[in-house]
Amino acid sequence: MPVVKEETVAIGSDADVVLVRQRVRRRAQELRFSLVDQTKLVTAASELARNALEHGRGGEMLLQVLEEPPRSGLRLVFVDRGPGISNVELAMKDGYTTGGGLGLGLGGAKRLVNEFAVESAPGAGTRVTVTKWH
Amino acid sequence: MDRIPILRMGEFLLVTIQVDMHDQLALTLQDDLTAQITRTGARGVLIDISSLDVVDSFIGRMLGSIASMARLMNAETVVVGMQPSVAITLVELGLTLHGIRTALNVEKGMALLRAGAARRSRA
Repeated sequence: MPVVKEETVAIGSDADVVLVRQRVRRRAQELRFSLVDQTKLVTAASELARNALEHGRGGEMLLQVLEEPPRSGLRLVFVDRGPGISNVELAMKDGYTTGGGLGLGLGGAKRLVNEFAVESAPGAGTRVTVTKWH
Repeated sequence: MDRIPILRMGEFLLVTIQVDMHDQLALTLQDDLTAQITRTGARGVLIDISSLDVVDSFIGRMLGSIASMARLMNAETVVVGMQPSVAITLVELGLTLHGIRTALNVEKGMALLRAGAARRSRA
């Protein structure tokens, strides 16, 4: 799948979560995503960036613009340096939280995109990949 | 430090969120609002989010906390102006903002607050 553009945004503070939202919004606008799809993707990015910050001790987001005619897409890869998730299935459930939040981050983000994958192991950090197609 | 301004309109407080809020700004707003309710004896809080193009679970939770805190201080909260794309996204995210009153715009929100305050004054 050809990646035509790529950029990385570091996630180290809550100001970076805002930056993540802005970068994803700009790319989604460039790809002419509908307003609802833009909003869904930006919201998913915000949830995942905050996860990386709160549970993963920060990390980064890799943003890729995909061209696969006739469709184009945006792929976001969130990588953190945290303790990892020991039970991914449990972590995906709505309402499950270890951070005092609402526990909607992972499961909620999954519902807002077309493709979703989590790779994690205790001690090895977490990598969440989401893709939205247009 | 950045702050979101809080306006006083009679017995109500009016907050218009116009910036993409980072987390600290949201927490500062919570503190400022509860302090203002005490200082002014406000009966209601109106939060205009029509400029927000994203409401994630953090901001949703913040709105819910403000409404709960205000209720404990005898003030009602109404959130107004949510964009349709934000409403669609929030429901799919799984966040229904249970317990938060909403209205389509500032005018309708103020009417709701006035009606609520009048009802509680009679009671």
